[in-house]
Amino acid sequence: MSPRPLDVAHIRKDFPVLEREFDGKPLVYLDSAATSQKPQAVIDAVSDFYANHNANVHRGVYGLAEEATAMFEGARAKLARFIGAPDSSTIVFNRGTTESMNLIAHSYGRKFLKEGDEIVLSELEHHSNIVPWQFCANATGATLRYIPADENGILDLSGLDGIITERTKIVSVTGMSNVLGTLLPLRELADAAHAVGAVIAVDGAQLVPHARVDVTELDIDFLTISGHKMCGPTASGGLYGRRELLEAMDPFLGGGEMISEVFHDHATWNEVPAKFEAGTPNIAQEVGFGAAIDYLEALGMDAIRDHERSITTYAIDRLTDAGARVFGEEDVEVRGGAVSFAYKEMHPHDLATILDEQGVCVRAGHHCAQLLMRRLGVPATTRASFYIYNTKEEVDALVEALAKAEDVFGF
Amino acid sequence: MSLEELYKEVILDHYKNPRNKRDVPDAPLSCHRNNPLCGDEITVYADLSDGVVTDVAFQGQGCSISMSSASMMTEAVSGKPAAEALAMAVEFRSMMAGEADPSEDEFGELVALKGVVKYPIRVKCAVLAWDVLQEALQGAGEAAGAQPHAL
Repeated sequence: MSPRPLDVAHIRKDFPVLEREFDGKPLVYLDSAATSQKPQAVIDAVSDFYANHNANVHRGVYGLAEEATAMFEGARAKLARFIGAPDSSTIVFNRGTTESMNLIAHSYGRKFLKEGDEIVLSELEHHSNIVPWQFCANATGATLRYIPADENGILDLSGLDGIITERTKIVSVTGMSNVLGTLLPLRELADAAHAVGAVIAVDGAQLVPHARVDVTELDIDFLTISGHKMCGPTASGGLYGRRELLEAMDPFLGGGEMISEVFHDHATWNEVPAKFEAGTPNIAQEVGFGAAIDYLEALGMDAIRDHERSITTYAIDRLTDAGARVFGEEDVEVRGGAVSFAYKEMHPHDLATILDEQGVCVRAGHHCAQLLMRRLGVPATTRASFYIYNTKEEVDALVEALAKAEDVFGF
Repeated sequence: MSLEELYKEVILDHYKNPRNKRDVPDAPLSCHRNNPLCGDEITVYADLSDGVVTDVAFQGQGCSISMSSASMMTEAVSGKPAAEALAMAVEFRSMMAGEADPSEDEFGELVALKGVVKYPIRVKCAVLAWDVLQEALQGAGEAAGAQPHAL
């Protein structure tokens, strides 16, 4: 049965910021890959927590603390169900993907990797899925290898056998590129990793907001989740990890809550996931994130993906017709709604400023993906990224604004 | 001509016809930086001859503001004593911070970049070449044992 299509006009009413105007022009927000806008239900969930339920979690013996704990743990259970995790104990709450990647690289990587081992990444990766692995490699003597991309940003998987080998201990790849929207074949990569005895981590920052993900079906070992990219508050989200791996790993941050007993010179650890949640957590933010998950589930991830296919196809067609060069895959079956492009001779900074004057918000720069920028052979790209509240009319506004930019620069 | 018009004409002219944009592989002074607002990168080359800045050139890829500012910078500091070039960099940054308002007489074409003050994030693009020049000149000063300027 096909999912009920998104009623975008109705959805837009849930997002108060979309009412804003800049210099009399309506806000055309095309930067959801940077951060998504928040529906009133999420804004209310955070306010309501502070107004009516605020207390620290896991500690208080009084009613208010029990409420706060139940709400926090309720959000954890929601996230577990949302991504097909077996239970809540496999979900670590933290500030999102960057923190989670550092956690895996530190707590798994530094403990289990040694000289001669290899870590496989891809050239599409965001810096948050490169730099922590550089730290790990420097500390352990392991080496980094990359699945290469070509000058259009297309990943070359043909040589995978030579890259994922018996020396590989970790494969860490994006589920969806933040620059090109590319969807990687995660199950295939998981199987390749497991065949050589390696674990696979997936950067889910862009993927989880935009498509249904089931960690059990995909058979992946780690998945990072960024709440703020899926209608949740900033500094919400966390990490899914296979239970036996989380139990075997070293802690990440040390402090309260993650311990069992503390002596003068050593400590013992709490059970997972608490072992990885030192200090007072981002309680209100994760409660807000739970409300975001509810909001997206009501819309349906399949309907969200359908809308994205449709608007991304429209955007790629209109941009190409207007003379832009769109990077990456054209086929929306293998890509999502982050669309990076070059427009004639114009530098992305100049383009983004002129677009801003028309109320259109896009992102200009490296998008934290300098390896990919070098592969594409450009100093920077302009990126428009679409989400549940974007319309075809907004794509039209983007294309009109490009024409205006051409007027100003007269190339 | 309004500031807006001046801004557009002068900046576009220097962007499309940059002055002194070339590689200088054996430049005695050179310095490279990326713009923290990512997407621009620049190398500035120079020589100091009896304390006078000569052979100023730049190379790089970037937006109209970063590249035109670099082009204007090479013309503005060429032939000036190092101390004066550095003072100009300070004055330029003040102008971009909205703290100084030099006239066209005092500052020449550089006043066209005053328009960038309206776009705070683009100020980083405008000052990039000047920051790199300053780093190159101060590096030379320290190497020669000169007192670092209190800037």
